[in-house]
Amino acid sequence: MRETLFKGKAIKLGDNISTDDIIPGRFAYLRSDLAELSKHTFEDLIPNFASRANRGDFLVAGGNFGLGSSREHAPLVIKMSGIAAILAKSAARIFFRNAINQGLPVLLCDTGQINDGDELEINLTEGVIINLTSNAKLTSNKMPPLMSAILKEGGLIPYIKKRNDFELQ
Amino acid sequence: MGKTLAEKILGGKSQPDATAGDIVVATVDLVFVQDTTGPLTIRQFEQSGLKTIAMPGKTAIFLDHAAPSPTQQTSNDHILLRRFARETNCHIYDVGNGICHQLVAELFANPGDIIVGADSHTVTAGALCAFATGMGSTDIAIAMALGKTWFRVPETFLINLVGSFPQGVYAKDLILYLIGQLGADGATYKALEFGGESLARLTMSERLSIANMAVEAGAKVGLFPSDEITQGFLSSQGRSDSYKPLYPDADANYERIISINLSQLEPMVSFPHSVDNVRSARDTKGIKIHQVFIGTCTNGRLEDLAVAASILQGKKRHPDTRLLIAPASRQVLLQAIEKGYIHSLVEAGAVILPPGCAACLGLHQGVLGDGEACLSTANRNFKGRMGNPEAMIYLASPATAAASAITGEITDPREVVT
Repeated sequence: MRETLFKGKAIKLGDNISTDDIIPGRFAYLRSDLAELSKHTFEDLIPNFASRANRGDFLVAGGNFGLGSSREHAPLVIKMSGIAAILAKSAARIFFRNAINQGLPVLLCDTGQINDGDELEINLTEGVIINLTSNAKLTSNKMPPLMSAILKEGGLIPYIKKRNDFELQ
Repeated sequence: MGKTLAEKILGGKSQPDATAGDIVVATVDLVFVQDTTGPLTIRQFEQSGLKTIAMPGKTAIFLDHAAPSPTQQTSNDHILLRRFARETNCHIYDVGNGICHQLVAELFANPGDIIVGADSHTVTAGALCAFATGMGSTDIAIAMALGKTWFRVPETFLINLVGSFPQGVYAKDLILYLIGQLGADGATYKALEFGGESLARLTMSERLSIANMAVEAGAKVGLFPSDEITQGFLSSQGRSDSYKPLYPDADANYERIISINLSQLEPMVSFPHSVDNVRSARDTKGIKIHQVFIGTCTNGRLEDLAVAASILQGKKRHPDTRLLIAPASRQVLLQAIEKGYIHSLVEAGAVILPPGCAACLGLHQGVLGDGEACLSTANRNFKGRMGNPEAMIYLASPATAAASAITGEITDPREVVT
């Protein structure tokens, strides 16, 4: 069972962050060298993101986070940067599945109530976010039980390793 | 209550009573990767501990995104993909065969199939009434191993089409208009289903262009019914036996119904840096274009090259505007040669690129320079998409692209064709 209580700082982003914003396609030639590839995370959007993000921080985005290409390298490099979870008003379908498959939590909630730099505490089991800076409490949308089970195992590969199949509750 | 196409197809491969909102595990009819997502898929497959792939004859690898390879690293990834194909006995379509989505339409997609690909534009095959959707490398690795995956059965928006396209207006203008109306996340997690009296006049080439861009409104799939047009296309590909009619029920439950009269549409242009930033071409005076790119899984088919060739025949590209053309597949290239389109295009000053994704995603064959603007027939104009965050990308139909190649600025094709 993974740890389900996280505490960290919010890094605030806008709406419609594409997978090209997260990891620009021009670096696709580094697809098999993740350590090199991850140095370019958010390169065109957030200067020095790789050094700015601290382990345990949260990305807090607006609507339609992760639209575009199916490249799973997008959630993968975000996870490698130490980001503990993504909070967004909504997330693009493929990105959402990819992140959960990589064991990176994505919580859909009203992120308008969070500012850049706010301290947050997230209870993943309950889907509850406490904004320690403003004392606001947010509840995230429930995900299907199958997705929760995949996330709980730390991703789709460990989930399948244990079961050799999908299990519908 | 009747069923939508999405409910019928997903239900047919999982539980017959599947309705919107249900989570189902369904068998799949085709699983594929391309050369950008394939290497991670193979690594995840190896990590899973599952030793074999479930259906080698229904698993395919396409080398199209960076093909021929422009870098040492990509060449090594191509070696990995070829080796995996040899070891698992799955299909591989090497450099020069064409774009995965075009080859899926030509060779594999059947009405009623479920198709999953590690590429967001897998939705293209919805034109053939296949429930086709994009996923990431890990989902595809597991689908390859198990021959099945899980889905949430989507709610459906019915897009009801009436009327016919006026001169100079094409399927691309329709889908850009629709995305402009819906917004880039207007159909997230939903199925788009196309219906209405205009369908009888929409060719398979047009349907493929429309279904291809369903994902640009966030949709999970863009479905057309399987009808006489589907039958005609399948027999043109020597696959008549794959045809079966498939329609939604008359009393199917739609979350939303959007009606569009094609006769009222105009040539449309999507402005940087988001696909839903759509305007009429006639409102775009004086935007200089340095590169015109005609091709991609959206608009690299024979009908697209025919339109471009008819506009460019006997004319020259503007001296300051490069013109790049990439046929979507080898079949398209050969037919375009036979019909004389390639001759007309080359005479007009075009560079012909090998069948494949070419300049679309900024890996090779037409990366833009700082401050340059490209008018592309592709499906995405995100910042940095064509390899340079300092460049601007506009999206339009092959007719608008060809007209703009002549004038050197974004041009309503109705001004060039009289």
